[in-house]
Amino acid sequence: MIEICGLSKAFGEKVVLENANLTIQRGETMVVIGRSGSGKSVLLKHVIGLIKPDAGTVTVEGVDVSRASGSQLDQVRLKFGMLFQGAALFDSMTVFENVAFPLQEHTGMSGAEIEQRVHECLELVGLSGVEDLEPAELSGGMRKRAGLARALAVKPEIILYDEPTTGLDPIMADVINDLIVALRDRLKVTSVVVTHDMRSAYKVADHIAMLYNGGIVEVGTPPQIKASQNPLVQQFIQGQAVGPIQEGLPDRRILARWSSRHGGSL
Amino acid sequence: MIARLSSSFLQTTAAAGAWAVELCWYGGSLTLLLAQTIGGLVARPLRRQAFVYELWKIGVQSWFIVAICSLFIGMVLAFQSAYQMQQLSAEIYIASLVSLSVVREIGPVITALIVAGRVGSAIAAELGTMKVTEQIDALRTLAADPVRFLVVPRFLAILIGLPVLTLWADALGILGGFLVGTLRLDILPSLYWKMTTLALVFKDLFSGLLKSVIFAMIICVVSCFEGFRTEGGAEGVGRSTTAAVVSSFLLIIAADCLCTALFYFVWR
Repeated sequence: MIEICGLSKAFGEKVVLENANLTIQRGETMVVIGRSGSGKSVLLKHVIGLIKPDAGTVTVEGVDVSRASGSQLDQVRLKFGMLFQGAALFDSMTVFENVAFPLQEHTGMSGAEIEQRVHECLELVGLSGVEDLEPAELSGGMRKRAGLARALAVKPEIILYDEPTTGLDPIMADVINDLIVALRDRLKVTSVVVTHDMRSAYKVADHIAMLYNGGIVEVGTPPQIKASQNPLVQQFIQGQAVGPIQEGLPDRRILARWSSRHGGSL
Repeated sequence: MIARLSSSFLQTTAAAGAWAVELCWYGGSLTLLLAQTIGGLVARPLRRQAFVYELWKIGVQSWFIVAICSLFIGMVLAFQSAYQMQQLSAEIYIASLVSLSVVREIGPVITALIVAGRVGSAIAAELGTMKVTEQIDALRTLAADPVRFLVVPRFLAILIGLPVLTLWADALGILGGFLVGTLRLDILPSLYWKMTTLALVFKDLFSGLLKSVIFAMIICVVSCFEGFRTEGGAEGVGRSTTAAVVSSFLLIIAADCLCTALFYFVWR
């Protein structure tokens, strides 16, 4: 189980998280939604201890990640796999070496065993035959799947996905969604997915949490979120420019003036 | 008027204070990274393949530019000193002057500056790109220590590569002086060589090589640190690369001054 309690984080003057609370049960897929720049990725990086909070705690299977020492944190991190937004494959290594890396670092597996595991992971994400390619030779979807194969190599109990479908075409996005669902069903992993792609959120989520103004404003199953009476949630899930969320949006009066001057309408 | 002067004084003092704090933080951060690197070097098995690759990049790929620069600098030193020595009819001492200058100062410093510009900038750019593309975060999530994985092989490679390149620069610098002395100034080759060996003592070579070890530490730690603290995209990588080269140059020159004072004026 992952418990986020009273999490706060500011970068200089900018407050990103403020008293955020969220509980993720073992084996479930929690999708965190919110606008770009709302702090979703920062929340995810707190879960795996990449960022230390200003206040609050993040507890993973009873270990307070926010206060864990280096070796303790490494032990916790071995339970995790993380898929980064840009996949974060190591440029200096081939796909095979990328996927084999955590196995070489943390297991006593022989070369043949590592080779077999790498092939299994790449097969699972539909990437057989690209072992010898460099990351620069892969398409966006292939990079994400290779990143997922690397995350799966050490058989993690928890997988974190940072914008897994961003920048992908709709078909490839659906392939990634199917993979997330399949991993939950087959391997029973706990998943935390950060996204603003609602189609993806509805498909993969057991629960959806919405992050707004540094805090979690609503948590529920996909049907509960769809039926939410919270105007913030409704504006976001329906993708409307009109509503209570206006930070960073252009002033509609200026747009209307500009539009009337140029003979169009908004 | 007094109020304006007082406000200006306060602003200057505040800026100087902020600069001093920044300088202390920078020095502390470099020292911490150096300690972590030495700890990583001692504690864990070395990534041999990465070390050999880095040694090849640092040593083998730099030998030509170091050779050309050292040869020409040796020749320039001989020409410049000949211009003065001829007025005293003391051309024979050109050999001593060139060899001492090259082995004590020019060899270690020029080699370090070339490596800082060529290798240090590449290290900062590579690590900076890894930082902005989240590859360093990925290493951490895979429970791999970025210092052990990225800094230690480079540190050891520069630590070995730079003194070897310095010896190479010393040899080429002396050769440059030798060519000018024998071909242009008509000094007998045997006499030039004798004057060179008479002038040089073990301390000259040792102090030069010790300096190159210190410069190697500076180049690696500064470049890796600047790479690790890269923020933003391509512009951030460019800034880190420039900062790595500028800081390395300044620290190399400052360390050279300190080492020379220690070796030749404190511990005689």
